[in-house]
Amino acid sequence: MVDIEIQLNGKAITTTAATLYELCNDCNDFNINRIVILNGFQTNENKSLKNGDSVFIIDKGVIPNKAALEDMLMARHTPYVHNKVRTARIAVLGLGGLGSSIAIMLARTGVGTLHLIDFDIVEPSNLNRQQYKIKHLGMSKTEALSQEISEINPYINIITDNVKLTEDNLLNYIKDDSIICEAFDNPDYKAMAVNTILENCIDKYVIASSGMAGLESSNTIKTQKLANKFYLCGDGVTKAQEGCGLMAPRVSICAGHMANMVLRIITEEFSV
Amino acid sequence: MIRINGQEVGNKQIKLSDYLEDNGYMINRIVIELNGNILQREKYDTTVLYDNDKVEILTFVGGG
Repeated sequence: MVDIEIQLNGKAITTTAATLYELCNDCNDFNINRIVILNGFQTNENKSLKNGDSVFIIDKGVIPNKAALEDMLMARHTPYVHNKVRTARIAVLGLGGLGSSIAIMLARTGVGTLHLIDFDIVEPSNLNRQQYKIKHLGMSKTEALSQEISEINPYINIITDNVKLTEDNLLNYIKDDSIICEAFDNPDYKAMAVNTILENCIDKYVIASSGMAGLESSNTIKTQKLANKFYLCGDGVTKAQEGCGLMAPRVSICAGHMANMVLRIITEEFSV
Repeated sequence: MIRINGQEVGNKQIKLSDYLEDNGYMINRIVIELNGNILQREKYDTTVLYDNDKVEILTFVGGG
């Protein structure tokens, strides 16, 4: 028997178990009552264990205490990715269809600090594509989204600013954020934010959005790298207008592009 | 040859602001990259494009 050092449910242990089944101690229950996650990937197989592996064994249906819950939430995060995302700080400008979805995806991925900025309140017309519920109507979007995120992943830091961003105040609000998602609705605000940041901040990454309305093909929405630290997501042309509204699927696709580019940058993959 | 958004627009120098106005660009909705660098908005009025300059003009559309 050889001792190996692994992480079990978030804690460093030394074990003589050579495989996952040995570690679980009774392979009969392996598939039925437990979820086993090896290095961020759920498995039913009796994989060999090696030094440095991260294993989570989660009993199904058991409500965990707070400390155990945090470990379990982290279990599906690929260890290499998780260590980087937990120290990241991302700003989301505008919490509409794009911004609310981006923030929730990043929260699910375990991004350490989310800076959520919007001046508006939740209205019925938002519910067709934004991550809000009836109970949020009339509430500020910053507050409503903070509530939603805290019910998904309570272990991330959320900073909110319920404010209308302008040319004059923008830089002050985002000074501590390293990656900025421009998720405004209004094209003038989009251009204002992108120009203001790129003209003044050489160290910040900007991921902006343009063109995700209507029912055009999903496949026209893409991520482009337009300058060293400037990325654009969307089809570039399909604007929201009469007869061509914003709908959940294409807005979500664009939000997915933006959130994925955030994660790529965090993990030092700077290509699109 | 001057190239703007991939199109050849001749090799005679032109004022950027004239090009933007002639082609109906809305100044408040665009981001301009000149030879790979973001062009500061305060320089739009004074920038002249010369032979071999490469310009990308991004126009934002509404929706989010």
